[in-house]
Amino acid sequence: MIYQGKQKIWADYQKEIPDDHWFYVRSCIRQNFFPGAERMFLEICRNVLGKDFYETEHHTTCGGIAYHCDTIPQETVMTIVARQFALMTEAGYENYVASCITSFGNYLEILETWHEFPELETRIRELLWKACRREFKKPKYIAHASDLIYKYRNEIAEKAKFRLVNRRTGEPLKVVEHIGCHYSKMFPSKGVGGAEYPYVLCGMIESWGGSVIDYPERRHCCGYGFRQYHVKANRGYSISNTHKKFESMEPYHPDMIITNCPGCPYFMDRWQYVIAEMEGKTYGQNGYGIPVFTYEEVAGLVLGYDPWDLGLQLHQVAVEPLLDKMGIEYSPEDKYKGLNKKDLMRPELPGVLKCC
Amino acid sequence: MKDNIVIVGGGIAGMEAARQLLRMGLNPIIVEKSDHLGGHVARWHRLFPDMTPASELVGGLIEATGQANIFLNTEISFMNRLKDSYNIMLSNGVSVIAKVVLITTGFSVFDASKKEEYGYGVYDQVMTNSDLEQWFNNGNDSRIDGTEINAVGFVHCVGSRDEKARNSQCSKVCCITAVKQAIEMKQKFPDAAVYCFYMDLRMFGKKYEDFYISAQRDYGIRFIRGRVSEVSENIDGRVIVKAEDTLAGKPVKVTLDLLVLMSGMVCNRDCSSIAGMISLQTDSDGFFKSRDNISDIICSSREGIYYAGACTGPKTVPETLAEARSAALEIFSYINRA
Repeated sequence: MIYQGKQKIWADYQKEIPDDHWFYVRSCIRQNFFPGAERMFLEICRNVLGKDFYETEHHTTCGGIAYHCDTIPQETVMTIVARQFALMTEAGYENYVASCITSFGNYLEILETWHEFPELETRIRELLWKACRREFKKPKYIAHASDLIYKYRNEIAEKAKFRLVNRRTGEPLKVVEHIGCHYSKMFPSKGVGGAEYPYVLCGMIESWGGSVIDYPERRHCCGYGFRQYHVKANRGYSISNTHKKFESMEPYHPDMIITNCPGCPYFMDRWQYVIAEMEGKTYGQNGYGIPVFTYEEVAGLVLGYDPWDLGLQLHQVAVEPLLDKMGIEYSPEDKYKGLNKKDLMRPELPGVLKCC
Repeated sequence: MKDNIVIVGGGIAGMEAARQLLRMGLNPIIVEKSDHLGGHVARWHRLFPDMTPASELVGGLIEATGQANIFLNTEISFMNRLKDSYNIMLSNGVSVIAKVVLITTGFSVFDASKKEEYGYGVYDQVMTNSDLEQWFNNGNDSRIDGTEINAVGFVHCVGSRDEKARNSQCSKVCCITAVKQAIEMKQKFPDAAVYCFYMDLRMFGKKYEDFYISAQRDYGIRFIRGRVSEVSENIDGRVIVKAEDTLAGKPVKVTLDLLVLMSGMVCNRDCSSIAGMISLQTDSDGFFKSRDNISDIICSSREGIYYAGACTGPKTVPETLAEARSAALEIFSYINRA
């Protein structure tokens, strides 16, 4: 591997990311999968870094999943997105940041389509007006939320209480980074680092002390792939994709996986349990799995937030081995206690995959 | 006093034209920006389809052009049209009034690192056709030396016929060069599996088809019709190539010790600056535009300016030499007419 070769490519794919004043839109599925991630994003941006991030409860799904599953026409998705832009316009913002990778790709695709076919934009404006009497300006900048954490990565590193370093050995943790397909594969110039060797997560990992693993199936789909998972007959493809990735990364002995997509951490986390049940195989040390995180969760960990406040108890793969490596203290007794110490009840432990 | 004929570019086109012009009793001046004559061919080892040593051709041309005025390490600083000639200022400070300018600037090799998915410059065991040819010449390349070569792959059409790379043109020579290099690798590593990944094979030249059939029949080289989608690196440093076999109708994945990218021909980087000096036209592919692509390929739209070789588009060596001779004859006729 020639690291300088990657640096040369990264230098070609840097995009302008405004520092402040963003209209934030959540994902429609992330809060169910990893409920602490989006809250931590706003916590870091607003309260740790003092930035202006606005969100509204009137925001809805972008329609991306339905669009990619071919269940709604493109005009419908465009009108939904036009309404989101109207909410941004009404709130007085022009920088639009999406939590979801598919939404991010969806917004970029729609803006590019309108650029190529202005008559379609005119038609969507008419449809939006007929539907809800709203008008919109197009965002001046569109970013994915991971772009923002990438931009703030060094500020986060300065405030960090923990680093991605094995406290016992002093060695950098070996980190697999997985980028959601819709981040830059459609529009390489819109992603930090491009499509083939994206830098957005690598930059965070390097800044926070870890070392990045480049393994053969790095670019491969996590296994979610809407038409793989949402079409029930295709679910075998989903888990076989995930299995292929884990088999490929296994020889590198990763300590953790970081992702920037709603579906990727979920499937790479949950399918480890299924692979263990089906194949009797686990990929972490001593029968554990490889813990999978969102970048917001990792930012929260290095900043010293309580792992259980980050929602890490909802991961299938136990995170405790990673917390131990980083030297993060946690209370096992509090793992399944919610707000105000409410008992969340302990889940049943799997038969093969070791969990805490 | 003889009229000056400035030849811009000291590759095989420029030298062959100079050789012919000298034989006609004219006065060619070769301006070459690098420190040697012969252009790309001078760095090549053997030429298809007869495995002729490239050094024989280049050496012969250098010897034959010994009487010409040759400026190495020299570029055209500016050029402007006078009444019936051209005023040319060279980067070494010499000024030349030339009756005729023959442009033989050739081509540039496509920068394979632009095809990021193939990993050139990122993965250790990925090289280009030019790199491999240099290894054939000097036997010195860490990607091959000291590596156990059990499997080699060649990717055709790297940067050619590729809208994403903004090059729609076929580079003409890559198919047959890949066949040649695949055979040479098989000769050096007889036990190695050698694969060629191609879109289609354009075996248009004399003996090309025979050469291709020999590669399959006599050397067991495996031709897979399908484009490579991505290249990655294994934990042991070998490269993993994913492609689609469109004849078998299924994806293929092979692990290789060496991957060779057949970088195509793109217009010379100096093309637009030279064209700008005297308002020459360039084509949509960036190469110089001939007055007519059938009957006047060596003529420009301006009086006294001629082309030869790959400055107007990808050419084979025989085509380049033929154009150079044709241009010399046309120049001889033009000077006598004037």
